Amino acid sequence: MEHIVIIGNGISGVTAARHIRKNSDKKITIVSSENKYFFSRTALMYIYMGHMKFEHTQPYENWFWKKNNIELKKGYVNSVNFDKNLLEFSNGEILSFDKLILATGSKPNKFGWPGQDLNGVMGMYHKQDLEKLEKFAPNNTVCKRAVIVGGGLIGIELAEMLRSRKIPVTFLVRENSFWDGVLPVQESEMINKHIKEHHIDLRLNTNLKEIKSDEFGQVKSVIIEETGEEVLCNVVALTAGVTPNINFLKDSIIELGRGIKVNRFLETNIPNIYAIGDCAEQHNAIGQRRNIEAVWYTGRMMGETIAQTICNNRTEYKPGHWFNSAKFLDIEYQTYGWVFSERNKKENETYFQWQHPKENICITLSYDNISRKFLGINTFGIRMRHEFFDNILTEKQSVEYVLKHLADANFDPEFYKLHETKIVEKFNKENGTNIQLKKKSWKRIFSS
Amino acid sequence: MFFVGSIFTGSFNLKQSELDTFLKEQNYKSKVIKGTLEKAVVTSEEINIFQFSSRVIEAYETSNNYYDGLITKYDSEKKWDKKGEQYQYKIFGKPHSLSFMLAKKAGKGFAPDNTTLMWFLTFGLGIIGALLFIVPDVVLLGKPGIKNDGIFLNAATNRGWIGWFAFVFLVTFYILLYFYPDIIVNWVFLVDPISTSISGNPASQWFLYGFLYCVVMSVMAVRMYIKYRHNKYQILRTTSVLFFQIVFAFLIPEILVRFEKPWYDFKNAFPLDYDFFFKWNLDELIASGSFGLFILVWGILLTVVVVPIMVYFFGKRWYCSWVCGCGGLAETLGDPYRQLSSKTLLSWRVERIIIHSVLIFVLVMTGFALYTFFYGADQVLGIKTQTIQDIYGFLIGSIFAGVIGTGFYPIFGNRVWCRFGCPLAAYLGFIQRFKSRFRITTNGGQCISCGNCSTYCEQGIDVRAYAQKGENIVRSSCVGCGICSAVCPRGVLKLENGPEKGRINPTEILLGNDVDLMELVNNK
Repeated sequence: MEHIVIIGNGISGVTAARHIRKNSDKKITIVSSENKYFFSRTALMYIYMGHMKFEHTQPYENWFWKKNNIELKKGYVNSVNFDKNLLEFSNGEILSFDKLILATGSKPNKFGWPGQDLNGVMGMYHKQDLEKLEKFAPNNTVCKRAVIVGGGLIGIELAEMLRSRKIPVTFLVRENSFWDGVLPVQESEMINKHIKEHHIDLRLNTNLKEIKSDEFGQVKSVIIEETGEEVLCNVVALTAGVTPNINFLKDSIIELGRGIKVNRFLETNIPNIYAIGDCAEQHNAIGQRRNIEAVWYTGRMMGETIAQTICNNRTEYKPGHWFNSAKFLDIEYQTYGWVFSERNKKENETYFQWQHPKENICITLSYDNISRKFLGINTFGIRMRHEFFDNILTEKQSVEYVLKHLADANFDPEFYKLHETKIVEKFNKENGTNIQLKKKSWKRIFSS
Repeated sequence: MFFVGSIFTGSFNLKQSELDTFLKEQNYKSKVIKGTLEKAVVTSEEINIFQFSSRVIEAYETSNNYYDGLITKYDSEKKWDKKGEQYQYKIFGKPHSLSFMLAKKAGKGFAPDNTTLMWFLTFGLGIIGALLFIVPDVVLLGKPGIKNDGIFLNAATNRGWIGWFAFVFLVTFYILLYFYPDIIVNWVFLVDPISTSISGNPASQWFLYGFLYCVVMSVMAVRMYIKYRHNKYQILRTTSVLFFQIVFAFLIPEILVRFEKPWYDFKNAFPLDYDFFFKWNLDELIASGSFGLFILVWGILLTVVVVPIMVYFFGKRWYCSWVCGCGGLAETLGDPYRQLSSKTLLSWRVERIIIHSVLIFVLVMTGFALYTFFYGADQVLGIKTQTIQDIYGFLIGSIFAGVIGTGFYPIFGNRVWCRFGCPLAAYLGFIQRFKSRFRITTNGGQCISCGNCSTYCEQGIDVRAYAQKGENIVRSSCVGCGICSAVCPRGVLKLENGPEKGRINPTEILLGNDVDLMELVNNK
């Protein structure tokens, strides 16, 4: 029987294993050094915040793996012998495979800051990071201040985590507004304001110079590049993005870039070796996507796809229209299609924006100013229907069409105040159009 | 503290004349009970409720033992006539109920004499104390939004010592209420003035319970309003259950009594209202003329027509988390404990076995009751209807719905009764599962499997198991509380009523992946 070995039990590896099992009775082994059982990395923050216990982050009960005949092996892979199809573990064990799926995920970026390996410096990615955080920042007497370096999604989550235990937080962001490489100014500024509302000391345009140690090798303070200011703190979190976790492959014959190079079939340069998820790097970008996509659902989709290939249905990885979501403290964010920030958008891309006068609610619609084609939408504080926008993008509908059918798109809980009328009004005023908002129609929603 | 302490206050004794009137009212034929009760409680001593209770029960037992003795005696002497005569002298009913009724008359002391002051010291301070604890959350919780910080780090909400303490407290309360009402008679005194002003009668322990229920729900509803102030669905739902509890379950029935109509809760549907078809209830309804008949017809229509139609259009949530009293308490007092329900597959299996067994039990029992009503036979197939009714009342009505159903909130989560026991929920569940427009829609491929939804599902549904596969959640046990949707950080879940077509949508490959692949795998 063919033995499929998967390194990494994150969403990509586990999805691949589940779908291979659905379609075959091949022998499947998942190897992980982080934790024996699959858990949802995205939920680690909620454990620290006390919303959940670790067991709640496990999507499958522990009996699931045995029942589905998926073997779990805890161990750290030192190297892969591609000639003999062997994994070599740090404890000297070896494991042979017929096909290997690399799904090793990411690790936090470190940019060579002085002091970046001190006690009390951490990322927020692995389960072990959470344990470290619990050790160094259990409360605000042990950790009198924490400094977060890097203004991305993990950074703001970590700030939220620490604030849940009332630990003072200084948040160093290199850009001149939070996440403004991705978000339009309107939204980025709203988030800046919201971060401050949560009593987080947000420092924009600020870089880290070095991390200082006390006499025990423990973090004492950080020095800020621009001002030379010293900020006393007990914990420093480095959240300046992630990078593929591929060090153990460095000296092998597998082709590497920043990640493991794969073609559209997720095949590496070596037969029977595949790479999926955060660690895979496409030779050529797919659409406007990045070559490496460290996103939950792309990991899942690659897992779904590779399972087909492994089960003799060689399938190209074809992610559909871009979408994503996140939550910035209390503000939910969803995006469908492409909305680029002012910094990155092209000439033909035009915004239509609307913002609630008081609450943290706003949208940005991006459309082509010549063809009027709808390109994408960002919503903050409003939930939207994925299926609706997926169809709109497939059908290449116009921005006017989207506005007319905004009621079909809304996905807020029942009885929520809807803002569609106001949104359409503003669009009509700005564009001299006369779009009439259509009533929500189940028929249209389900006819797709 | 005052509330619990007040049990111990006051003294209980009766005057000879009071006892005589009572015995006459009760129409006890026993000659012994009079003597023994006289000896026991007609006294100038100041005895507390515990002594009083044990004395009355001793008197009760002495009396019954005396006649039991006679029965055995005549039995052995084969004097059948004489033996038969003795039964009428026996006192049936629960000894603690007798003690409660007597204590209600006998109570003297601070509580019964100063009801208003004592009411303030117990209920009043309790309400104020709770509100002082809850209201500052407006500021302390910060900006509106989901606030579940520290729930699993807190001894009260993570089965810590406070949780276990609350558990013991609630269980004790229910045991006293159901089985030793005489012990808590002082509390009943406190609500006498309120009861008199509504129904014209002094309070019973059930009035006390109803009143307490409304108070607890109101106070905890304030907590809900604050915690979920960003969520209109939660605000409206909380207002609705509170309204139905106070008006339909509490005020209207008591006012009906004032007009000498039968006590009836118009929203309490059979088979949750398990004694609706009991002979005594049907007799009472029929005896109360056209109004009784109206209740009878409404009660039947409610179960047979109104409930299923509403479930078809809105799901069982319209009842379970918008109207029902049990649900109302679970959604207010029980909300802090919702995360404690078990999500394992095993618990789902256990749930289905138990809840459907209760449904069968109640249906069989009702069959017996109706047979008894129509044919007058007090037993069916050799089993006494009364016996089966008593067993249900004790095991399901009291122990399961009360002691376990509410007492176990801090241990097993807030919907223990609704999830494992309620026969009405089982019935609504069938309709919701097989013929309804209600579902929780999963928003395409947005789920990140974080598990907030499953963790906070009070009914123990593993919501994530569906959401992460892109499937809508269609489950018989879902009460539509809407919390899964509220706690989702990615806007994945929405409670909706829509067309039946496409309501259940099994998927393997989620929206967002290759369209051809989705079609290949999902439609094969």
